[in-house]
Amino acid sequence: MKKLTAFVAGLLFGIGLLLAGMANPAKVLGFLDIAGAWDPSLALVMVAAIAVAWVPFHWAMKHPTSLLGAPMQLPVSRELDRRLIGGSLLFGVGWGIAGICPGPALVLLPTGHWQAWVFVIAMLAGMLIFKALQARR
Amino acid sequence: MVDTIHFTPWSALAGGALIGLAASLLVVANGRVAGISGLLGSLMSPTDSGRGEKALFILGLLAAPLLWALFQAWPAIEFKTGAVGLVVAGLCVGIGTRYGSGCTSGHGVCGLSRLSPRSIVATLCFMFAGFVTVFVLRHLLGFGA
Repeated sequence: MKKLTAFVAGLLFGIGLLLAGMANPAKVLGFLDIAGAWDPSLALVMVAAIAVAWVPFHWAMKHPTSLLGAPMQLPVSRELDRRLIGGSLLFGVGWGIAGICPGPALVLLPTGHWQAWVFVIAMLAGMLIFKALQARR
Repeated sequence: MVDTIHFTPWSALAGGALIGLAASLLVVANGRVAGISGLLGSLMSPTDSGRGEKALFILGLLAAPLLWALFQAWPAIEFKTGAVGLVVAGLCVGIGTRYGSGCTSGHGVCGLSRLSPRSIVATLCFMFAGFVTVFVLRHLLGFGA
């Protein structure tokens, strides 16, 4: 059952990204270009997503187990450290170069654009580099 | 100035609502955060728990455009970046999201919905860096305008 709900959640998430225009790099860059002809659509994507997720996440914060009996695994760290800030800034630079973040990158893979494959391979390589650097610490 | 030609408020709100619904389903049913970079990172660690459900969530994401194509033509998809830019961007996104423990989904949607201080700071950071990067590339260096 947990596998089914996970699959359906992924499917809905991907359809949402496509419908919202998040899977169109040119549109994402139009949102990030506040000094040019600014397209505010993606701000609305976030507002709507948070409006819908607000109550379920606040429910989740008060319950130790999920409806299917799985332990509730919400992040517990509260530290605002250099890794969080530096990593997020670096992610933002990459997002600003190509207009692609991890979810849309995966959704774009089956659409037949070579650019999506180049991006995803580089992104996975980046994650492996992170993993290798972690292992050396 | 707002670009009224490309502004699509209704599909943005509907798509966002679906994303919120998907994240809600995963946390309420599975007790997990729908953070794409975190799920991908976890799939690279053979000792992590719940890798089956995580893989199925990712599979659902990959299946979404195929389901879409059964009913509709692809939406507009336009890339503005060449091969070198894509590689640099992909590396930044891969390394950055793992160091920062999340991306637009994990911090931007799930984290903000919990009012997590870490996610608020992370979202402000990647938004700020995204705005600055586009400004520098488009308006100072003249790329891809």
